Amino acid sequence: MAPTFFFYLFSIVLVLCAAMVVSSRNPVHSVLFLIGAFFNAAGLFLIAGAEFLAFILVIVYVGAVAVLFLFVVMMLDVDFEQLRSGLQRYLPVGIAVGVLLLAELVSVLVGWHVHPAATAVRFAPAPAGVSNTVALGELIYTKYVLLFQAAGLVLLVAMIGAIVLTLRDRRSSRHQRIAVQNARVPKETVELRTMALGAGVPVADILRPKVTEPDGIDDDPLEAAHHGGHHPADAHHAPEGR
Amino acid sequence: MIYMLAVFAPLAGALVAGLLGRWIGDRAAMAASVLGMAVAAVCGPLAWAMLEWGGAPAGSMRIATWIQAGSFHVHWALRYDALSAVMVAMVGFVSMLIHVYSVGYMAHDSYRRYRFFAYLSLFTFAMLMLVTANNLLQLFFGWEGVGLCSYLLIGYWYDRPAACAAAIKAFVVNRIGDLAFAIGVAMLFLTFGSIGFTTIFAHLAQHQTERYHILGGSIRVYELIAILLFIGAMGKSAQLFLHVWLPDAMEGPTPVSALIHAATMVTAGVFLVARMSPLFDQAPAAMTLVAVIGGSTAFFAATIGCVQNDIKRVIAYSTCSQLGYMFLGEGVGAYPASIFHLLTHAFFKALLFLCAGSVIHAMSDEQDMRKMGGLWRKIPITYVTMWAGSLALGGVFPFAGYYSKDAILEAALAAHSAVGDYGFVMGILAAIMTGFYSWRLLLMTFHGKPRGDHHAMAHAHESPWVMTVPLMVLALGALSAGFLLHGIVLGPHWQYFWRGTLVIAPGNQVMTAMDQLPSWAYVVPSIAGLAGIAVAYWFYWWNPMLPVRLASQFRPVYLFLLNKWYFDELYDALFVRPAFALGKLLWQTGDETIIDGVPNGLADLAVDGSRGAVKIQTGSIAVYAFTMLIGLVVLVGIFLIWG
Amino acid sequence: MAGTMPVGVGHFLVVSAILLVLGVFGIFLNRKNIIIIMMSIELILLAVNLNLVAFSGALGDLTGQVMAMFVLTVAAAEAAIGLAIVVVYFRNRGSIQVEDVNLMKG
Repeated sequence: MAPTFFFYLFSIVLVLCAAMVVSSRNPVHSVLFLIGAFFNAAGLFLIAGAEFLAFILVIVYVGAVAVLFLFVVMMLDVDFEQLRSGLQRYLPVGIAVGVLLLAELVSVLVGWHVHPAATAVRFAPAPAGVSNTVALGELIYTKYVLLFQAAGLVLLVAMIGAIVLTLRDRRSSRHQRIAVQNARVPKETVELRTMALGAGVPVADILRPKVTEPDGIDDDPLEAAHHGGHHPADAHHAPEGR
Repeated sequence: MIYMLAVFAPLAGALVAGLLGRWIGDRAAMAASVLGMAVAAVCGPLAWAMLEWGGAPAGSMRIATWIQAGSFHVHWALRYDALSAVMVAMVGFVSMLIHVYSVGYMAHDSYRRYRFFAYLSLFTFAMLMLVTANNLLQLFFGWEGVGLCSYLLIGYWYDRPAACAAAIKAFVVNRIGDLAFAIGVAMLFLTFGSIGFTTIFAHLAQHQTERYHILGGSIRVYELIAILLFIGAMGKSAQLFLHVWLPDAMEGPTPVSALIHAATMVTAGVFLVARMSPLFDQAPAAMTLVAVIGGSTAFFAATIGCVQNDIKRVIAYSTCSQLGYMFLGEGVGAYPASIFHLLTHAFFKALLFLCAGSVIHAMSDEQDMRKMGGLWRKIPITYVTMWAGSLALGGVFPFAGYYSKDAILEAALAAHSAVGDYGFVMGILAAIMTGFYSWRLLLMTFHGKPRGDHHAMAHAHESPWVMTVPLMVLALGALSAGFLLHGIVLGPHWQYFWRGTLVIAPGNQVMTAMDQLPSWAYVVPSIAGLAGIAVAYWFYWWNPMLPVRLASQFRPVYLFLLNKWYFDELYDALFVRPAFALGKLLWQTGDETIIDGVPNGLADLAVDGSRGAVKIQTGSIAVYAFTMLIGLVVLVGIFLIWG
Repeated sequence: MAGTMPVGVGHFLVVSAILLVLGVFGIFLNRKNIIIIMMSIELILLAVNLNLVAFSGALGDLTGQVMAMFVLTVAAAEAAIGLAIVVVYFRNRGSIQVEDVNLMKG
């Protein structure tokens, strides 16, 4: 009884949150509703018996992906007022297509029942007596280890790709250049001068010279390419937060 | 062996001069070429002498296999018999003299001279291959080779458009004859199964009565073959209708005209008919054609030569006319007389051309006779040798032309046929005109008050010895060859001299009937020649205003002759313009529009199609997403309903 | 736990279907904001995950859960990259309107 109740609770909230994601006016609200949807989906996973996946859903999806969405939404300073125009034009067609798809899916999936002999062809039967996490662990690191590695590579590539796409070198930031530091010779650093008695620093002309950046180190190829991408249609080009 | 040396030494000279000339320099190339020719000039007559009087056996020397395709066998072989040997001797000797002459004539030429000598030697080699061929394909190889070298040499100064056009004209007109020649050769192969002379001549009796039946009529096989071969000869020897290239060929340097268009290439046609004399004897209709064309050409060319103003053109038309004589002789069956005339003609015509070249050289490249005059004191050697050549040409006793030309005329009369009589009349008329235009040339060029450019006249000087020595040698030949040789070549023992290479049909007694004509027949040609000379003196020595008045009074006739009987204009309207129009039609409509239109049209279709298809790419992601969604729905629906 | 689930698999599937349709709907509707489209994609992926887990529970086969985990991985990667692209695009163009993204117009 209790699982059924929770099932209906979670699923209704899930559907509601999903509906609000797509129809919310404010994208920040949409993200928050998405987070709500994920939480409820995690609950559903628990009911289905996939505890590990439920936790992963919360940790990864909510903790990383949704937060990322939030970052981006809040970072891009977009004028949201004029974003909602045109909704009326596509609504009828959209609803029609959506209803059609739903009908198709439901008609297929609801009539599904498991064949009694299906349990005999299980590829990876859940072992009894161990928790779901242990069972999954035993499976992943033995049978599916190559896939696991591939997934790792996919994540690596995604990481690198995201960095490459978005990294900008800032010219004004002072950062250490280890090679230059190591190459410094004492002769360039300390200079011995004899001073006249009573003479001050400005008279002796030993003020610290201005540091000039060597040419070429701070050139940002992405910046250069970026400058080439400016178009006259960039009417509301926002400041990039230097 | 000596024979092979005579044939291949010019080739060696040509290869050295042509391929290495750029590196070894002009002088070395000339030396190589002249050396090759000298070897040929020595070995050629030597081989001939060995055959005639040294008892060397006639035969053929096989060099290499050429084609073996099924039943078609052709080999490279040199035929060593009387006709070939005498031709080799003549070609080698005359060519050598002309090579030596060219050393002097081309001394101030703007182009690198090794090219000229390479071509000249190559031409000699091709001509020698032609005359020593043992089968028709090798003869055709030489035939085409001389045609090619003629093209190269006429267009030697390739920066002159007139020279290039003349070279192409020569080649194209020759080609027309070559087409008939090739068909004739093919028919020979069909009939005899081989194109070697030995085989053909051996089996001539077998196919005598065979006939081809075409277009409702029938014609004897031999007649058709002979006519076709003769058409090829017409092209090569510039006979009537296919003569249009010869005057234009004077665009080439004078040694070229001397060698190719006087002594050797144009005589290839005469040689061909003589070589195929066994066949021609079996084709009386073809012989009639030969005689008619020959006689007509002799007359026709002589009329034009009477009014030309370019010194080389006069001699060119004279060549054309004399070739007509040779064919006339062959047409009535007097092959020995024709070949004899060929030999003597080679000497005196080459001499005349070389003298003309000497005059041109002296007058600083002036060729118009109206701008010459008063030269006989300045270039005496040339003057004397030109007199020698003209005497020989005019048929004055006892010089070469007297024996050879008169022999042909006697043979024409001795044939006792309508054709022969026609030929005789034409020949006599031509003889009058020959005398006329030859002395016209002499008088206009060398006598009278100098009409030329003052600077040219002041500069006029005798040619260097490299040029005058060949003149003198040729003059010697022109003067004495007839006297020395007519006895053995034409006399009662002519068959012994020719040893069966020139075959006259048993029923044709022209060679013996030649000696049995009424006495006036022996005198008339000489009288005709002398009459012509007298008229020339009257016109150009005693009464120089007379030709001018005649020309203006009979202006249409004068223009008709001056413009070569308007043959060039006729051919231009009949063949050249329609060909160009057809070509233009095929090019612009056929090729560009229709044939190019197919791939271009396909390409345009593809481009237009893609331009239409590209409109699907709106670039709008929303549209793409929408399309994908619709697609998904449709797909799921399909699987639901029909899956 | 093999083969037992307190709720029938059909229920899960209905929920999953509704989520899918909502996600598709969201893509379809939000032509003005790319971020919403990306969140709709996440919803679709969530629906798929729910489907997989439902069947895994119903059949007692852990394969479904493994697959769901990998789908999760790829979805995270894709969200990261997609957002990076959006950020860079916004830097260059100054707008995240879907209709302005038509440089690939043929």
